[in-house]
Amino acid sequence: MSFDVARVQADFPILKRQVHGKRLVYLDSASSSQKPVAVLDAMDRLYRESYANVHRGVYAISEEATAAYEGARARLAQFLGAGSPSEIVFTRNVTEAINLVAHSWARANLAAGDVIVLTELEHHANIVPWHILAAERGVEVRWVPLTEEFRLDTSGLSQLLDGAKLFAFSAASNVLGTMNDVPALVEAAHAAGALALVDAAQFAPHRRLDVGAWNADFVGITGHKMLGPTAIGALWARPELLEAMPPFLGGGEMIRDVRRDGFTPNDVPWKFEAGTMPIAEAVGLGAAIDYLEGIGMDAVAEHEIDLTAYALRALDDRFGDRITIYGPRSIEQRGATISFNFAGIHAHDISQVVDEHGVCVRAGHHCAKPLMQVLGVPATTRASMYVYNDEADVDALVEALAAAERFFAI
Amino acid sequence: MPGLEDLYREIILDHYRAPRNRGELPVPPAYKVEGFNPLCGDEVVLYLDVDDGVVRDVRTSGQGCSISQASTSMMSAAVKGQPIDDARQLIRAFKALMSIHESKLEGDGEADEHALDGVRLGDLEALQGVVKFPVRIKCATLAWNTLEQGLDEAATTAA
Repeated sequence: MSFDVARVQADFPILKRQVHGKRLVYLDSASSSQKPVAVLDAMDRLYRESYANVHRGVYAISEEATAAYEGARARLAQFLGAGSPSEIVFTRNVTEAINLVAHSWARANLAAGDVIVLTELEHHANIVPWHILAAERGVEVRWVPLTEEFRLDTSGLSQLLDGAKLFAFSAASNVLGTMNDVPALVEAAHAAGALALVDAAQFAPHRRLDVGAWNADFVGITGHKMLGPTAIGALWARPELLEAMPPFLGGGEMIRDVRRDGFTPNDVPWKFEAGTMPIAEAVGLGAAIDYLEGIGMDAVAEHEIDLTAYALRALDDRFGDRITIYGPRSIEQRGATISFNFAGIHAHDISQVVDEHGVCVRAGHHCAKPLMQVLGVPATTRASMYVYNDEADVDALVEALAAAERFFAI
Repeated sequence: MPGLEDLYREIILDHYRAPRNRGELPVPPAYKVEGFNPLCGDEVVLYLDVDDGVVRDVRTSGQGCSISQASTSMMSAAVKGQPIDDARQLIRAFKALMSIHESKLEGDGEADEHALDGVRLGDLEALQGVVKFPVRIKCATLAWNTLEQGLDEAATTAA
């Protein structure tokens, strides 16, 4: 192991509890991650010592809260390799980041007949905003298909991108674990004259993300999947795009001036941050980044790759042909998210039985119904791992799955 | 803490493994209705032969978890051959069993307290354990909501 997992586990209070009299084995981090004490403390400290609204009060604690909030923005900018903190717009999550682009940039730039290209492995967050736009504007949506190995089939990509204005895709699949070649996909978009939007919800928590190296135009991240609190995420975008884009939500903070006959928006990024923002959550996200950097993103990646290899081997060894794994079998360009089904046992029944053993996995369509249609299944069971998981967790999963198999044996 | 045996009673697993009334009926004269549970991807398809105020025949297809499919099977066995009024009473009674009181929103919480009175649920009572697993309630009620939809459709067409 590339770092001391036991020491990391000790930083997560929830991992000390039991469920159904068993040790909690949390394997649903692709849905939402657990939080280390450092994040809880940072938020608690803000509320206890320096809490006030930001950018408003001319008094000490408001200035402290503003410094903490803007400090978190700077921390995130640095973590993502952004050129400046002003390239970071805080949102609730990636969903809101994509909706921001769909409402602001797309409505200002797309008209009937324009083309948006998506992929078959997208989360609903990167599908529905475009469906809404398509219905409203008559925009055409095209789909990049998958190969047999559950990777993007880029053989027809240049034709799909021909005439497109936007290519919106995930850096990593929340179901399959597939990690895409982001720089190559961005390059293909740009070669076709399209902008590239990257949904990095399942990537930012697990690998070093460098927006400069990706060369994309929009990147969305979500805090609660990367050890941070809920309700804080961000949109990174090229400065010239953010400057040109009209505001998304209207209200306080996002304005410079409001008159009876109109308003003047605030500077970027505050132009897009209407109303009182999740201040403590931003501070919590900053602390989560500090925690991840403390481990080191390269070490995080190495740990997850080792653990994924161990898990794929363990599932194969124990269940053989009885388990179907939906995702790449090669460890290269693959995350620690493993989706699977057992013949004749529904994902929900699996999930219910393994819960009895203290094991938390996700069952369902994972907000990726078009992908489920491609896979030809109504649902899968998904185990997803992170920094606090170890081989004992995988072993517990395998034992719990074996118990589920016995329970439903015909 | 409720245990798995509360949820997966033997009779439920039996209906799951050997579902009753699987198949299709010609449409028309039969009515075809589909129900989906968007959260889990459970799917129930019902073919209802409704004639002269009686549910003459029921066939089911679809796929999903053991609870949704067992409930579908048990529902089909319970309403087949029953007068529509009795089937509707059974729907109300089953929903009451699942603690879904339709009149609640109208501030008339008393009405369904009596939905179970005088209704013989038989094997269906095995599904009562589902109530202890709130996320699974919609799996159990899917077939019943779909049946209700089908009976409503039949009533509209007949009228």
